[in-house]
Amino acid sequence: MNALPSEERLAKGPVAVFECLQQIPCNPCAEACPRKAITVEHMNDCPSLNEALCNGCGVCMSKCPGLSIFVVDATYEQNKGLVKIPYEFFPLPKENQMVDALNRSGECVGLAEVVRVQVSPNKTNIIWLALPKQMIMEVRAIRLREEEHHG
Amino acid sequence: MMKKEILVIGAGPAGLMAAIHAAETGAQVLLVERAEGLGGQLIKQTHKFFGSKAEYAGDRGIDIAAKLIDWSKKLSNIMIWTKATVLGIYPDGVVTISHEGKFTLVKPEKIIVATGAAEKTMAFPNNDLPGIYGAGAAQTLMNVHSVLPGKRMLMVGAGNIGVIVAYQLMQAGVKVVGVVEAAPQIGGYRVHAAKLQRNGVPIYTSHSIKAAHGTEVLEGVTICKLDEKWQPIEGSERYIAIDGLCLSVGLTPLTELLWQAGCKMEFINELGGYVPLRDANMMTTNSNIFIAGDVAGVEEASAAMIEGKLAGLYVAAMLGHQKDWFLQDFQLAKQQLSALRSGPASAKVCVGLSKAILEEVV
Repeated sequence: MNALPSEERLAKGPVAVFECLQQIPCNPCAEACPRKAITVEHMNDCPSLNEALCNGCGVCMSKCPGLSIFVVDATYEQNKGLVKIPYEFFPLPKENQMVDALNRSGECVGLAEVVRVQVSPNKTNIIWLALPKQMIMEVRAIRLREEEHHG
Repeated sequence: MMKKEILVIGAGPAGLMAAIHAAETGAQVLLVERAEGLGGQLIKQTHKFFGSKAEYAGDRGIDIAAKLIDWSKKLSNIMIWTKATVLGIYPDGVVTISHEGKFTLVKPEKIIVATGAAEKTMAFPNNDLPGIYGAGAAQTLMNVHSVLPGKRMLMVGAGNIGVIVAYQLMQAGVKVVGVVEAAPQIGGYRVHAAKLQRNGVPIYTSHSIKAAHGTEVLEGVTICKLDEKWQPIEGSERYIAIDGLCLSVGLTPLTELLWQAGCKMEFINELGGYVPLRDANMMTTNSNIFIAGDVAGVEEASAAMIEGKLAGLYVAAMLGHQKDWFLQDFQLAKQQLSALRSGPASAKVCVGLSKAILEEVV
């Protein structure tokens, strides 16, 4: 199984990252992909991504019941990368807003700029974050800064 | 006394599917539900379900509930009683029901029991303080009744219900200070746990609740670390101020009616407690009583739905409503169920089922 995209693939543009490393009976991601880039051969297999077919569109992200798919783009800007995260909290961040960027343990590792908020009909919204390129494989959640002040 | 071909007891995922698939063959079905509305636990499951397309994977439980309820109401041969509690199943096959306060007798030819499961609790000092909930109860309060169960809360149990409800508490605006789990590892799916962890909720494995504190309501708890024999480690106690505590320490099948009907029962730890012995078609040791869903063994809603479909199709066929698509539909459902259960996440359930299934019918 290819857990993480190769350096070579990262250099080519946006691509999905599957942080789904435990065998559970689940396959909606494979059904969701319009480019047939995702394979879940048996329902309990972890998804396998054909990197060449994936264009990082993120359709699978809002379908995934485990919210375990992210899209990263190392080619976003010269110094900045892009991370798309699934988001199911209110309020939604606003575009151009600066938010705390959290790693997989919920620790704040820096700031991210919200560049797009994709509202999804199934309520798993997708937040696009621009952040320092070296953080694209680290940042997986955000915390709205206003909220902190309210405690 | 009302006569019916099939009585389905419980209108959760298993009971709804059983009633729908039996009725689709033309059978006359009475579906009785103790609550005011249909859907069972689905009506508060705001998360998306695992599984495959056949089990509505990727849809939220609340949306699956709406689909199944709508489907059941469109079938004119399903009579639906809500606020109807089954009181007993008698040796002559008569079932007594309290329906909207009236005592009613029903004589079904076959019964499908889909009564589900109840939450277990745990013993510790002051566990009766207001503010201490079963995780399912807290979920009902917030997701069904829009009542916030607390402002600052702790979850006990990192199984799937624990991690899912903790996340839903966060979505409702509760500050979740952590999840305490007695086992040395997280029992729930890693992806669910990861949703909490990346949002800053710590999961304390090998930890337990020592005591709750508060004069009139919950004000805090003492947690402690457990050694490899699950015994509290002295000096590891820590006080956490909270106004809400959720217990998610397992479910146990709601089997009273099956005991009373004389079905042969067996204690099977892997399935959550006492469960009825059954054959591969969900028939208990009483050939008129079938089971589906958590009452047959605690498992996920996706499995409950397929069990319901199997029981509904099979019972209808026994009563002569065997359509030409029966065998294909029935085999397909069986394949879906075994595909769901084929992975490591279902290993425990499969061990339990191997003890509960009397014979393998091919």
